[in-house]
Amino acid sequence: MSNAANLTFSQPTRHMTQETHHDYTGSKLGMWIFLVTEMLLFGGLFLVYAVYRYMHPADFHNAAQDLNVFIGTVNTCILLTSSLTMALSIATLQKGQRQAAVWLLLTTILLGIIFLVNKYFEWTAKIHHGIYPNSAEMLRFPQGEILFFGLYYVMTGLHGVHVVAGVVLLSIMVNVIRRKPCDVHVFGAASPGPAGVRRLTLTDATGHEMWTSEGIGELIDSVSVVVNYRPSEGRMRPQDYVALENCGLYWHLVDIIWIFLFPLFYLIT
Amino acid sequence: MKRDDMNADHQHHEHPAISYGKFVGVWLALLMLTALTVAASGLQLHVVGVVTAACVATLKTLLVLYIFMHLMYEERIFKIALAVGVATLAVFIALTFADFPFR
Amino acid sequence: MTAAVIAAAPREPSYLAYRGRYSGILGWIFSLDHKRIGVMYLIAQAVFFLVGASLGVTMRLQLMRPDNHLVQPQVYNALFTLHGVIMIFLFVIPSLSASFGNFFLPILIGAKDVSFPKLNLMSWYLFMIGAVVALMSLFTGNGPPDTGWTFYVPYSIRTSTNVVMGLTGVFIIGFSSILTGLNFITTVHRLRAPGMSWFRMPLFVWALYATAWIQVLATPILGITLALVVVERLAGVGIFDPAKGGDPILYQHLFWIYSHPAVYIMILPAMGAITEIIPTFSHRTIFGYKAIAMSSMAIALLGSLVWGHHMFVSGQSDVADITFSLLTFLVAIPSAVKVFNWTATLYKGSIVLEAPMLYALSFIFLFSIGGLTGLMQGALAVDVHLHDTAFIVGHFHYVMFGGTGFGFFAALHYWFPKMFGRSYSDKVARLAWGILFVGFNTLYFPFLILGWLGMPRRYYTYSFPQFASLEMLSTVGSWILVTGILLMVGNFLHAALKGARAEDNPWGGVTLDWKIPSPPPLENFEQIPVITQGPYDGFEGQAPR
Repeated sequence: MSNAANLTFSQPTRHMTQETHHDYTGSKLGMWIFLVTEMLLFGGLFLVYAVYRYMHPADFHNAAQDLNVFIGTVNTCILLTSSLTMALSIATLQKGQRQAAVWLLLTTILLGIIFLVNKYFEWTAKIHHGIYPNSAEMLRFPQGEILFFGLYYVMTGLHGVHVVAGVVLLSIMVNVIRRKPCDVHVFGAASPGPAGVRRLTLTDATGHEMWTSEGIGELIDSVSVVVNYRPSEGRMRPQDYVALENCGLYWHLVDIIWIFLFPLFYLIT
Repeated sequence: MKRDDMNADHQHHEHPAISYGKFVGVWLALLMLTALTVAASGLQLHVVGVVTAACVATLKTLLVLYIFMHLMYEERIFKIALAVGVATLAVFIALTFADFPFR
Repeated sequence: MTAAVIAAAPREPSYLAYRGRYSGILGWIFSLDHKRIGVMYLIAQAVFFLVGASLGVTMRLQLMRPDNHLVQPQVYNALFTLHGVIMIFLFVIPSLSASFGNFFLPILIGAKDVSFPKLNLMSWYLFMIGAVVALMSLFTGNGPPDTGWTFYVPYSIRTSTNVVMGLTGVFIIGFSSILTGLNFITTVHRLRAPGMSWFRMPLFVWALYATAWIQVLATPILGITLALVVVERLAGVGIFDPAKGGDPILYQHLFWIYSHPAVYIMILPAMGAITEIIPTFSHRTIFGYKAIAMSSMAIALLGSLVWGHHMFVSGQSDVADITFSLLTFLVAIPSAVKVFNWTATLYKGSIVLEAPMLYALSFIFLFSIGGLTGLMQGALAVDVHLHDTAFIVGHFHYVMFGGTGFGFFAALHYWFPKMFGRSYSDKVARLAWGILFVGFNTLYFPFLILGWLGMPRRYYTYSFPQFASLEMLSTVGSWILVTGILLMVGNFLHAALKGARAEDNPWGGVTLDWKIPSPPPLENFEQIPVITQGPYDGFEGQAPR
């Protein structure tokens, strides 16, 4: 045992602390600033919409009557509901209820996909009626209506792209939060094993051996240990759920954009 | 000097957890506001209708921002960043409208 | 500040010598270290600058004589488009922010890195991908874009050249710019060293912070605008095409909503660097610290409200003309605040005219010419005469090259010893500066006169003999300028390979960057410094050099 007593364990060095450094507020601040840029991206389109609607109020009014308010309303409700399940998913994960979080996240993804399917049918119906950019049918429309449908396709299209990106992002998150946690309570001690070779072992709280090192030579008197700690149920730290929170922020933003797109295109009849 | 001005690692304030019931309540409010705005659009209110739609959309957005996105519990800089973005967009639109109506 | 604490420990390997998981070139292109990323931006920008400069020299050769046919007209159109796109989007928009900003922002606030190192590396990759896509438009499709860097509709919708690819490249570069801005804002908010309050930040940091906000707020508008032109070209969606009811002037609004603030993205970091250099070489604390810090924010704010002054003759309303003209005059105020504070800092200082200081002083001179000629165009009646003439070209080269370019060179001379741990020859640097300064003015001052006389910009050739002597003078200026640039580049290459070891603090600077080794170690600081003083305190009692 004297060997073990000589061996000291050092906490990970500065390099490790840099890598494991985590700034919870900082990552969310970064995400919020990104959301601001997204808002301005769509903001440019809202500006174009505002100018053309100002210039062609009657055409916009007439063109909007071709859109199906029922589908629009249903899709609005779907996205609002998906925002609820998203918020609940984060709330459950924060309390450590991993399983519930996964199911709520899957529901969110499903609602996102249903939204896209509705959108698909809506677009194809329009295209069947010959209303799509540069179509012979559409070029006969008054100019304001051409602009209305141009903006309709671009704005709902860009929004749809964001929904797709959100669905992909959330699917990745499902995998991330499903991973089973491993729980390390005790750093091990080095003791001379059989044949007098010193080994380092890590054990969990119950004393169950989890890992044993190669033999440690006589000349080594200090060992650094790095443990990739994953939390157990119910003991969540901010860095365990900040990624999901940031994805959630993105998802809510996509919802907010739809909250504005819906009245601007469907409800101006 | 304020604490959040410092380079303190790991400093973060935990949010007071929002109850599930509150989330569901906000969701119901959002659905009701949607119903309201659809119903109002059927009434052919012209200017009043536009104002109603804008107010409802803004209200819905605030609910999502403050509750679903936890903005009400975030530090001041989060609200400033958002306000700066909104103000910038408003100014861009306003200054562009120094042109079109006066042609 | 805390020099004793930081310098005491034995030296760690520098960020240049550090061996991480990868070595050689992979150790650079996979590095998350803000300093290596900054150096990679610097190298890329230097290459793009030389490419852009050679396109510019070719244009000068074409304009050297009346009725010249050195290149084909279509080639000339491609030349001015690519010269603009490369210089604007690949050199002056990333400018000092991406290179020196990345390198020095964390150091100047006492941090080990930026908030999001991976995002930082991704920004660099996006920048390079965007650059490659933009340059590929040269060799693919129906030839390089010929629209000018502004991509005005409806021509950019109708031309058969490779506009889509050029636009895609610019779009990707814009995304890179946004991510850098986001990263810098978060870094400044979250990673300042203990005791580094907002008004203890060096003024370069203030300038970068203001720039980052413009990047974040204005660039998305450009992104969506260019994307609209792309979908209009590819899918025939009616947005800007007048045949489909679109309004081309709306495109101009959207384009300049970004591109005017972009001018301040280009110039603000250069102003920040100048603000670091002048106190160091005057051995005197900065005059009017808060005024300079706030003027950076004021420029960011007011600069976002003046875009309409690019459109005085476009057919926008008189109300818009007058509004934007007024706002344009206002934006001169914060710029002038900076100039006055710089000159006040010089007053009674112990001025040392080493190379960085020469560049800094010529920055003030050239930027003042650029700024004041800008005010002339802000006046509505004068602008009608000057719009689309060589005067405009002269003006923005005084601002962009005399300002940002000279600021970039100043920063490079100032920080080169810190970044690479090597000294360049001061004699050669001063000689190169002299040649550059003479060449610059010989090249661009004739533009102002030519424009005043009525020489239009973007014209392939001209038949008026009365322009010939000034055009010739300008072309000779371009040769002098190129000589100066090559001498400067040669000086730096020689220093990087064979230069003597640089001291940690060769200029007697007092900000944090001068209190760590040259070149800095991987994590900048042995331990995070505690700040107890203003950024420019400490010149008092310094031995005269």
